[in-house]
Amino acid sequence: MSNPYQSVGSVATVTASIAGNDSLDGPGGSGGPEGAGAPLATGAVVRRLLAYVRPHAFTFALAFVSAAISVVLQLYVPILIGQGIDLIIAAGRVDFTALLPLIELLALVVVGAATFQWLQGYCINRLAYKTVCDMRVEAKDKLFRMPLSFIDTHAHGDLISRVVNDVDQVGDGLLQGLTQLFTGIVTIVGTLVFMLALSVPMAVVVVLVTPLSVLVATLIAKVSNKSFTAQQRIQGQLGGYVEELVGNQKLVEAFAYGDEAAAGFDRINSELYTAGERAQFLSSLSNPGTRCVNNIIYAVVAVIGCICVITGVPAPLTVGQVQTFLSYANQYTKPFNEITSVVTQIQTAFASARRFFALIDAAEEAPDPVDARELAQPEGAVVFDHVDFSYVKERPLLRDICVAARPGMRFALVGPTGCGKTTLINLLLRFYDVDAGVIRVDGVDTRRLKRASLRRAFGMVLQDTWLFEGTVHDNIAYGRPDATREEVVEAARRAHAHAFISALPQGYDTVIPEDGGSFSQGQKQLLCIARVMLTDPAILLLDEATSSIDTRTELQVQAAFDEMIAGRTSFIVAHRLSTIRNADCILVMRDGVIVERGTHDELLARGGAYAELYNSQWAATVSA
Amino acid sequence: MIKLFKRFAGAYRRDFIVGPAFKLLEVIFDLITPLVIARMIDEGVTTHDVGAVVRYGIALLMMALVGILFTLVCQKMAALASQGMGTDIRRELYRAINRLSYAELDRFGTPSLITRITNDVNQIQLAIALGVRQLIRWPFLALGSMVAALAIDLKLGVVFLISTPLIGLVFWVVMAKCVPYFKQMQQKLDRIALITREGLTGARVVRAFVREDHERERFRAAAHDQAATAIAVGKLSSVLNPVTFLVMNLGVCAILWLGGIQVNVGDLTQGEVMAFVNYMTQTLLSIVYVANLVVVFTRASASASRVNEVLDCEPAVSDEGNASVQLPGPATDTPALRMTHASYTFPGAAARAVKDVTLTLMPGQTLGIIGGTGSGKSTLVSLIPRLYDATEGTVEVMGADVRTWPLKQLRQVVGIVPQKAALVSGTIRSNLLWRDASATDDELWRALACAQADGVVRALPQGLDSSVEAGGKNFSGGQRQRLTIARALVGDPAILILDDSASALDFKTDAALRRAIHERSRAAQERGASLTTVIVSQRVSSVRDADLICVMRHGEVVGLGTHGELLATCSIYQEICLSQLKREELGLAPEGAEGGVR
Repeated sequence: MSNPYQSVGSVATVTASIAGNDSLDGPGGSGGPEGAGAPLATGAVVRRLLAYVRPHAFTFALAFVSAAISVVLQLYVPILIGQGIDLIIAAGRVDFTALLPLIELLALVVVGAATFQWLQGYCINRLAYKTVCDMRVEAKDKLFRMPLSFIDTHAHGDLISRVVNDVDQVGDGLLQGLTQLFTGIVTIVGTLVFMLALSVPMAVVVVLVTPLSVLVATLIAKVSNKSFTAQQRIQGQLGGYVEELVGNQKLVEAFAYGDEAAAGFDRINSELYTAGERAQFLSSLSNPGTRCVNNIIYAVVAVIGCICVITGVPAPLTVGQVQTFLSYANQYTKPFNEITSVVTQIQTAFASARRFFALIDAAEEAPDPVDARELAQPEGAVVFDHVDFSYVKERPLLRDICVAARPGMRFALVGPTGCGKTTLINLLLRFYDVDAGVIRVDGVDTRRLKRASLRRAFGMVLQDTWLFEGTVHDNIAYGRPDATREEVVEAARRAHAHAFISALPQGYDTVIPEDGGSFSQGQKQLLCIARVMLTDPAILLLDEATSSIDTRTELQVQAAFDEMIAGRTSFIVAHRLSTIRNADCILVMRDGVIVERGTHDELLARGGAYAELYNSQWAATVSA
Repeated sequence: MIKLFKRFAGAYRRDFIVGPAFKLLEVIFDLITPLVIARMIDEGVTTHDVGAVVRYGIALLMMALVGILFTLVCQKMAALASQGMGTDIRRELYRAINRLSYAELDRFGTPSLITRITNDVNQIQLAIALGVRQLIRWPFLALGSMVAALAIDLKLGVVFLISTPLIGLVFWVVMAKCVPYFKQMQQKLDRIALITREGLTGARVVRAFVREDHERERFRAAAHDQAATAIAVGKLSSVLNPVTFLVMNLGVCAILWLGGIQVNVGDLTQGEVMAFVNYMTQTLLSIVYVANLVVVFTRASASASRVNEVLDCEPAVSDEGNASVQLPGPATDTPALRMTHASYTFPGAAARAVKDVTLTLMPGQTLGIIGGTGSGKSTLVSLIPRLYDATEGTVEVMGADVRTWPLKQLRQVVGIVPQKAALVSGTIRSNLLWRDASATDDELWRALACAQADGVVRALPQGLDSSVEAGGKNFSGGQRQRLTIARALVGDPAILILDDSASALDFKTDAALRRAIHERSRAAQERGASLTTVIVSQRVSSVRDADLICVMRHGEVVGLGTHGELLATCSIYQEICLSQLKREELGLAPEGAEGGVR
């Protein structure tokens, strides 16, 4: 997975590790307005989340009101059932006149509770996903406003996970978790009120014995959490091992390394067994543990309740009320245990929300100045005027670069990897801004031009081909979505891509899957060339564009390029000397400085760095 | 799932019998509880017998305590069985993956194999644990409650017979409707991730073409689409809880009314009505859990079939029964490599990727293979270490058909440097020791020097012990390539294959590398061994000095000979040369000669 930035890949890695992958607030040049490194306060997170909820305030309010109504109605049910049982005492002692309206009331309460419960679930769900959607769109928009340096120095997997998983966590965990927390609290308070209304002494009994259940649950959770973390860690190790070794399975087989790899796997696997068995056993104790305690509470409440019915001490009670208390005893403990699990869920959601806001708060690319100019009809004059640049301040990369290109000139950039050739392209398109000096296009400092109009003047084919999921037509027409089929076909023809596109089952309407699917690297590159052919730019940037096309095709593409390059300023980065031999000017770069410049013949005659590089191609001939 | 179970459960028979058996005892206690409460009311309260109330209370307490002991045993068995089986499955699966040949690896794809050995096995593990713990509990509790209720009174039992299937039906309908939605939702979420990834990897292209607005719109559409589906699922699934609550409590209403009539005529007691109400609650709650189990098992059974697919896969390449091959001594005229009418067709492909290749290479010689992308170069060299088996014809290494070699020995004799320069995390040393775990530092340094990588390693403060990050990300492409070349040289292979593996090197380094390999080959000859080299490349300069150059196009050999011969006879080779070199450099007449650029 190389990126066009690969030539300075080690620098990117260094910056990434300085910036830190967990927080985007590192010193990697992206400190947020909330202050570098300082995590958002809980209150601030809630306040900012509420801002996302605000457009759906009605749904939000409805959810909470429904939750409250539903819980209260649900709690009323055991009382009604208890009263019903009290009306059915024994043979001949059943009060049907009271029983019938009671059952009618019960049915009504039940229907009401169910309806509001549904309404609450529906509202929360709707709210959660709408909010998630809004947050995602905002996060994605944000990525477009970030400087390239940010995207280059942060692991893509991490950024994707902020847009996809973290936002989901916030939706699931925070919104749904909060309602669960709310219903839990309403249930506890409601139960307490109802119990106190029925019988104070019995309520006291229930309140005194139920914490036992919560205590057991927390105790088990505490013990099992520790072993669970250990299991997760080893699971992660195993995942990493498999990712790497199975990811390179072909290599493992070509090297007959399978036995050694399996031995390494077995070692982690058996560690996982020990940790996993322990973690699973401990965490599986939680349910039976609380169930056992609940059963004990149930017995205690039943015995004391029955004694009350018989003796009237400590309080007079009916059989039906005993039944009510039995259900409450069951119900009362449940929210406590749920709240403990909801709290962890909310904690993770908060962590996710912080990661999300860290992205939202990261420093953006400076906007175009208000007086920025349009580059209307670019002619293609490019000037580097004493340009200095570095990705990391301590390691200067480009020093005092001066190049003057008249419209239509062809430049070739030559030099060892990491000497800063790709960086020149980054600077030209203003993916990065220069540290010192000026780059001018048509005589204007590029920083005084609107980025969009500057970039439209350029056509580039990068070392790394980039195709998106879509049809061949859409991929070619990427720079000019309004292009007709004829224009697209013409561009493809000129890029020598037409033949293989026509051979595809759906031709230009063939959908290219993620990562380009079955297209060869060469074919992908041809598509990218066709894409540039279509946009007809004034300046061309070719970053080793032709290095992986097969040589026969390359010959043809070269011809097409020659045709396109004519009349346009072009900068070509390539290892292949034959492709740059026709350049008007070869820039030989080493360690961020231009060490030589001139035409092929001039430089050969000079016998310097270029001549050395050139001759090394033939060194093998001499020795063999 | 059942197949997988049969295959791996053997070692855990005790756990699978003892676990559920003990769970059953707990369930029976749970079932008795409402009956005990009923007795407490009917015997204790009605007759004002406090002693009876306390006696039944103590019985409830004892049941709770004994019940938890039984459950502990069950949970332990579940943990042992599920984790044990999971570990066994992972081990076997890993070995099965190691046995797969390239053809199967292509078919499964590595990401899918990774998912199978991690997520899928986890799913199965979870299902086994839940199976031991709950597969007995909830259905038995549901059925038991129903039976107990029916035993108390048949007429009232009718309420059960109506409400239980009703809840079951609701669950079935809702879940059947939700499952396809869940799949869709996952796909749509994947799409969001895909678009995000595209936006990051293509950040330069998007900005260069000024298409931010378009990308923004594309993402917005995908996000809204996903939200719409999620809300639709939510609408459906939020029905479940309220409906369960509704049916359960309307059932209670019916019990109160019908029970009232029964009690009035003396067929039932007040305590028994209470028991009925409790059984009702228990049954319906159990059904919720059963539904949950169904989901877990459906998912696990999909995972199990994916795991079985790998375990049952018969690798296309197998070395069963092959005895080790006696290497020919020095100074024999056994060719190091001989291909006779070798062809390879990818499974399911119509055309052959390699067509009828015949060539012979003597020990110490160099073979250059040149051709465009997709011309079959890599596939051809993959036949040498038997990464793919030739579908027609034969490939011989050191005079023996590769199909008669033990794979391990063959791959120790043949060192290959694949196109993709991959290192794994560890140290430089651990990466270099892949082919020969016993290689000395001296050998490693020699390999590094030959691969032009000694400078890279020497510049690192920790030298050979410098750490390598996953994928070798802390090295540049060129450095990685040189390190992978060094890795193939450790353990002195007799045949070295460089599969377009110098593409990121500049010409100077590339040339130095070829010179060093040549030196190494000469040194091997002096020792009485040999080093035969196969270089796959798109660069003429990389192959032009080879003893034999093989020009490939569309899987076919269109030219075979030395640089000079091919330049004179093979028009495709000429074309390739001319695209890279000037006519004068090739020693051709300046212009107008046949085979020029069109």
